[in-house]
Amino acid sequence: MAFFQPILRYMPTEFKWDVVGSRSLWYGLNMVLVVVALLSIGVKGFNLGIDFAGGVLLEARSEKVIDLASMRSGLNSLGLGEVSITTSGNTGKDVSIRVPQQEGGDQAQNQALKKVQETMGPGYEFLRTEVVGPKVGAELIINSALAIALAVSGIAIYVWFRFEWQFALGACLALCSDVITTLGLFSLFEMNFDLVSIAAVLTIAGYSVNDSIVVYDRVREMLRKYKKMPLPELLNLAVNRVMPRTLLTVFTVFLTVVAILVFGGETLHGFAIAMLWGLLVGTFSSIRVGMPVLLYLDLRRDDILGGVAQPEYERKPAE
Amino acid sequence: MLNFSFSKIAVVIAVVLLSFLFTLPNIVPAGVREHFPTWLKPLNLGLDLRGGSYLLLEVDTSAVLAELMADVEETSRAALRDAKIAYRTIRAADKSVFITINDPAQLVAARNAIVTATPTVEVQTQGDDRIQVNVPDRIQRERESAAISQSLEIVRRRIDEFGTTEPNIQRQGADRIRVELPGVDNPERVKELLGQTAKMNFHLVEPNVSSTDPRDLPPGVVLMEGGGENAGQMFPVRRRVEVSGERLVDSQPSFSEGKPVVSFRFDTAGGRRFGQVTSANVGQRLAIVLDNKVISAPVLLGPIVGGSGIIQGQFTVEQVNDLSLLLRAGALPAPLVVLEERSIGPGLGADSIAAGATAAFVGGGLVVVFMIIAYHTFGLFAVFGQLFHMLTLFAFLSLVGGTLTLPGIAGAVLSLGIAVDANVLIYERMREEWLAGKTLLNSLQSGFQNAFATIFDSNLTTFIAAAILYFLGAGPVQGFAVTLAVGIATSMFSAVMITRLQVWLWWRAGKRTTLPV
Repeated sequence: MAFFQPILRYMPTEFKWDVVGSRSLWYGLNMVLVVVALLSIGVKGFNLGIDFAGGVLLEARSEKVIDLASMRSGLNSLGLGEVSITTSGNTGKDVSIRVPQQEGGDQAQNQALKKVQETMGPGYEFLRTEVVGPKVGAELIINSALAIALAVSGIAIYVWFRFEWQFALGACLALCSDVITTLGLFSLFEMNFDLVSIAAVLTIAGYSVNDSIVVYDRVREMLRKYKKMPLPELLNLAVNRVMPRTLLTVFTVFLTVVAILVFGGETLHGFAIAMLWGLLVGTFSSIRVGMPVLLYLDLRRDDILGGVAQPEYERKPAE
Repeated sequence: MLNFSFSKIAVVIAVVLLSFLFTLPNIVPAGVREHFPTWLKPLNLGLDLRGGSYLLLEVDTSAVLAELMADVEETSRAALRDAKIAYRTIRAADKSVFITINDPAQLVAARNAIVTATPTVEVQTQGDDRIQVNVPDRIQRERESAAISQSLEIVRRRIDEFGTTEPNIQRQGADRIRVELPGVDNPERVKELLGQTAKMNFHLVEPNVSSTDPRDLPPGVVLMEGGGENAGQMFPVRRRVEVSGERLVDSQPSFSEGKPVVSFRFDTAGGRRFGQVTSANVGQRLAIVLDNKVISAPVLLGPIVGGSGIIQGQFTVEQVNDLSLLLRAGALPAPLVVLEERSIGPGLGADSIAAGATAAFVGGGLVVVFMIIAYHTFGLFAVFGQLFHMLTLFAFLSLVGGTLTLPGIAGAVLSLGIAVDANVLIYERMREEWLAGKTLLNSLQSGFQNAFATIFDSNLTTFIAAAILYFLGAGPVQGFAVTLAVGIATSMFSAVMITRLQVWLWWRAGKRTTLPV
């Protein structure tokens, strides 16, 4: 394998990105993303999948090409509300039917399924049948919200234990902005929002902090090492030192996510798109938000050094 | 620091060999696997991959309470009748039965009669002619809890009778039952079987009642709807249960005069009682009542002794199969409500396996190629580390009987990408130290040394997220959480141990002077 050289020989070894100097730009950009996300969530809400909204979801394959118009009129005359019917694939034989949540509790959903199957008649193979009643739907919403809240606070508490509170707060801000913008992505583009989406959001949460920690670890190390370096300069240096790692890791995770997106099938489509976004924002949120925020948080080196005062150090006041 | 003691190498080799052993059942053909001991089992495939149905049922505890109250009302009624105390009204509401007696002088006697008949309830007198019978919460809870355990047992029996392979039936939460049926892609029949409580009782039909107005009925007689061939008819049926379906010991589908019928057999006490009832009422009609519907009301042509009989009606073969199955398995103490149903056809499951496998191979392959291009020899070390990571991941999941789902495969693929991060952190650190002018050995050592804390902290946060997802998620998403969490653990081990071992061997193998990354 000696005939080709490690590609990294050609990668710059020193990055000189003035993250701290350009922080207003990053804050601004981040605020715009967060505001757009929150607005979209507030105004448009989510395109809730069957897990949360309840109702009936059917995927069926017919022996012959499906007459969509007659199926539509047949199913819409059942009085089950607005039945959405879409074909999938290009054979014209695969159809996906979604019936909204029915009034009348858990029993009513099953009756709706029966009615739909009876109306469709024979000649269908049911690839997927999902019926979710109002009770389960409501529980899943509560559990998912709880999961996101617990994950964010659990991660923040861990970072607080391992680092100082300033880092925990910074990581938490970066994390929250990633979670909010990912949720905004689902809302803005009306992507199907279900349990797998929650899995994506939580994975992004974990990954976002993963990245913050790598940078923070370097900041902490450098604070111990370069006792006299002004904080803005030190933060910049830390970010740029770990930049090669950041780029390489983003790229490898990117490769796997693209593989899931292209080959993983329809079920994982939304998951993969959310992960791509999360990768993009999660990696750089530590730089956009997590790092510069340390400037304002009265980060003293004595904390880092275990209470040993460093009288010779004079920190520049934060601007 | 870089050095490996002999014992550490032995540990690594042992882990690799054990992982191979535990992964083996997933690779060998089923015929070979049969000879393996039971602890050596392959990974379970989730229903979304193998196809099958998942049902979440809830025991309708309000029906349990209603029945409990009806019991208390009936016992109170009987107690008053036996004590010859006349009453004006008796009515069950919520958790109490309210009784108004005719003669205030009998109030204490009435109270004592009820207390003696039902020692578990609380009886209060109000005014001079009213009695309130309260059911304590404790009794209600006991009844409900018993009903749920019994429902679980009956569901299990019915599904076993149905003949599904490897059904998984579990109690979930306080009053729910979770049913997983691999290979069943249309659970309509299963739902029908579980949707009936199948309480069968034998009552007598009150003769000479032609009116269908409830007010004209003699006391103790109710109107019951007909079911099956009698649908649409109303039967005046005596409330009193002559023989209870609980006395049934067996029931089989059978034929009589060329028509499908259900045969049944009582236990000794039930058979004797059935003999008495049928001998005393020859010429009358006996109503066979299933879930409050009269499915058959034959005229008794003579005494039926010997404790067995048949139910005739316009049944299809499937109907008699189902009915005999239900009677055999026993009645549910309360109706079950389907809260959630998810079924995946076998075709879609196979598609998902193929898609997941392709994504895994392509994703893994891309990472391998990139790592080798990026880090050359050390990249290759990382690739071996990754192979080890995937091997231990699958071995662990097989060992603990984990379930692989489609999101679970995504979790495994994703863990590949994230796992490489550990290698990248170590190598980048080495490179930095090397460029800063340290000696090669020092660079290698501080790469591992300095990166470890970072790797541990950064992975632990994703682990926290995965753990929370596992405890609050459901089904396929739990599968994702498991592979992600276990994948993080195994990838950390492989980055720290396997990569280091390789780097150490590489260092020992010759006079190395430059860092190859």
